[in-house]
Amino acid sequence: MNLNYLDFEQPIADLKDKIEELRHVDSDGGVNIADEIQRLEKKAQELTESTFSKLTTWQKVQLARHPMRPYTQDYIDRVFTDFDELHGDRHLDDGATIICGVARLDGVPVVVIGQQKGRKTQEKLKHNFGMPKPEDYRKALRVMQLAERFKLPVITLIDTPGAYPGIDAEARNQSEAIARNLYEMAKLETPIICTVIGEGGSGGALAIGVGDCVMMLQYSIYSVISPEGCASILWKSAEKSAQAAEAMGVTADRVMGLNLIDKIIPEPIGGAHGDYDLMAVTLKSTLSEQLRKLSQLPTDQLLERRYQRLMAYGLR
Amino acid sequence: MSWLKRLLPSKIRTESSASEKRGVPEGIWSRCTCCTAMLYAKELEKSLQVCPKCNHHMAISARNRLVSFLDQDSIVEIATTVVATDWLKFKDSKRYKDRLLAAQKKSGEQEAAVVMKGRLHGLPVVACAFDFDFIGGSMGSALGEKFVQGVNECLKSHSAFICFSASGGARMQEGLISLLQMAKTSASLTRLHQAGLPFISVLTNPTMGGVSASLAMLGDVIIAEPKALIGFAGPRVIEQTVREKLPEGFQTSEFLLAHGAIDMIVSRQDMRTAAARLIAKLMKQEAPLSMELLGI
Repeated sequence: MNLNYLDFEQPIADLKDKIEELRHVDSDGGVNIADEIQRLEKKAQELTESTFSKLTTWQKVQLARHPMRPYTQDYIDRVFTDFDELHGDRHLDDGATIICGVARLDGVPVVVIGQQKGRKTQEKLKHNFGMPKPEDYRKALRVMQLAERFKLPVITLIDTPGAYPGIDAEARNQSEAIARNLYEMAKLETPIICTVIGEGGSGGALAIGVGDCVMMLQYSIYSVISPEGCASILWKSAEKSAQAAEAMGVTADRVMGLNLIDKIIPEPIGGAHGDYDLMAVTLKSTLSEQLRKLSQLPTDQLLERRYQRLMAYGLR
Repeated sequence: MSWLKRLLPSKIRTESSASEKRGVPEGIWSRCTCCTAMLYAKELEKSLQVCPKCNHHMAISARNRLVSFLDQDSIVEIATTVVATDWLKFKDSKRYKDRLLAAQKKSGEQEAAVVMKGRLHGLPVVACAFDFDFIGGSMGSALGEKFVQGVNECLKSHSAFICFSASGGARMQEGLISLLQMAKTSASLTRLHQAGLPFISVLTNPTMGGVSASLAMLGDVIIAEPKALIGFAGPRVIEQTVREKLPEGFQTSEFLLAHGAIDMIVSRQDMRTAAARLIAKLMKQEAPLSMELLGI
């Protein structure tokens, strides 16, 4: 079994393997291989469509955490050009879990900030499995303030299981690092566009998630606590995670239904991991469109609008 | 009730309360949760639930805290019409609606925070206090809104803002809406600061998770009560993640002071004076001419 496929993706994966095999078979018998490949491809397409048309909440959680899901760096490579990475919180550390830099979006200079999970073991360790420490948040804030100084829009890509729960992180005041970002982002004098691309894990996600436009990819999740955490507290068993995810309404459509985000960005059929390039094209055009709209607002109107949006959270 | 008691006629049956089991007559005596000393309840009320034997700061209700903190006869409760909403029709082993009702019945409060406007040694203030007894002092949409209304009242009446936090974090039963209260409450403080009004954040036992990682850590001055548990992640979660034993006194007020996270530790009985001294200076007011402040 290939660990790069989820259990419910396995039948699709099997079909695709078969197609690959056929492509390598020489067409010498009476069977028309081209026709057979075409038939199987159609079947794979139909199977993908039917599987993805009836996904459960838990399957969407699995997709948001898919080992092959495109990460921040994959989007930086495809959506932006001319990227210069900026390092360091200027006090203690590089802050490698949150990648920051200046880049261009359709030629327009912007600041990009996003959590990176890392795919291979070495990368995972380097990026602390996408769990930022206070240094990461402080670095992100430093770069946001740079954006403010030069009036560059900020684009954040959210993908974290949550802020790192560790001894060193607490000793260096994880709480303050998150709180400070929420406070500063509320009044940052430049447009901010936030997109949840995978996991929007709690305060660790929100700490780069306050903005003028907040969007989620179709199969991303955004939640107050991980389904596992919620299940172990309220159900006293981490095995009830699927139930907890359902109850908390962590999927993009549920979050959109409560009017907490502005837009759901559709993913290619079969999910973002099936076609990085197509996903990047959609993300790029959506970001450009939102940026054009926000750039027309004078700063005072932009900030008042952001403030009123924040104040409206939780009002009926 | 045991099967034996069930068999007894109701006249003979006497309900044994939890305090009787501990051998403490209900209402007259209670035990310190730290040194287990027997304490006269009236005395404990006077000492604001601080053990006179070992100085342990026990939980105090939001209402009692604010009433004892503000100048008497100056108090007006505000943000009283805000009530919780069951956005998700949330249900685990219990319905969220029922949890709310039970908490309201037990505490006599509508939400996990109370906000009052009044004076502190004559200084105009608005104070907000969390009630840990109310679903762990968790921050849902109603609590966030109450906090914001407190801040807005400060803007209107040019008052200082004080918040006593006691919370396990965000209220899971309200899902993402409760997470967003972190952003909402933090954003409201930007207006307070633009107006040049001070925010004194008082951290009490416990101040964790989403409350710690938003409003609580944004005080112009941050004060903690002694030996309070304060942090982002809970000790158990950290232990499971790092798989090592946590250092002695980890995430206590004293730990935070030593690591530069808070300004000072102040005992509950001294909080009125400490806050008033700070606010008077930050608001460029004369030192309040109160006996307590002169140290007499």
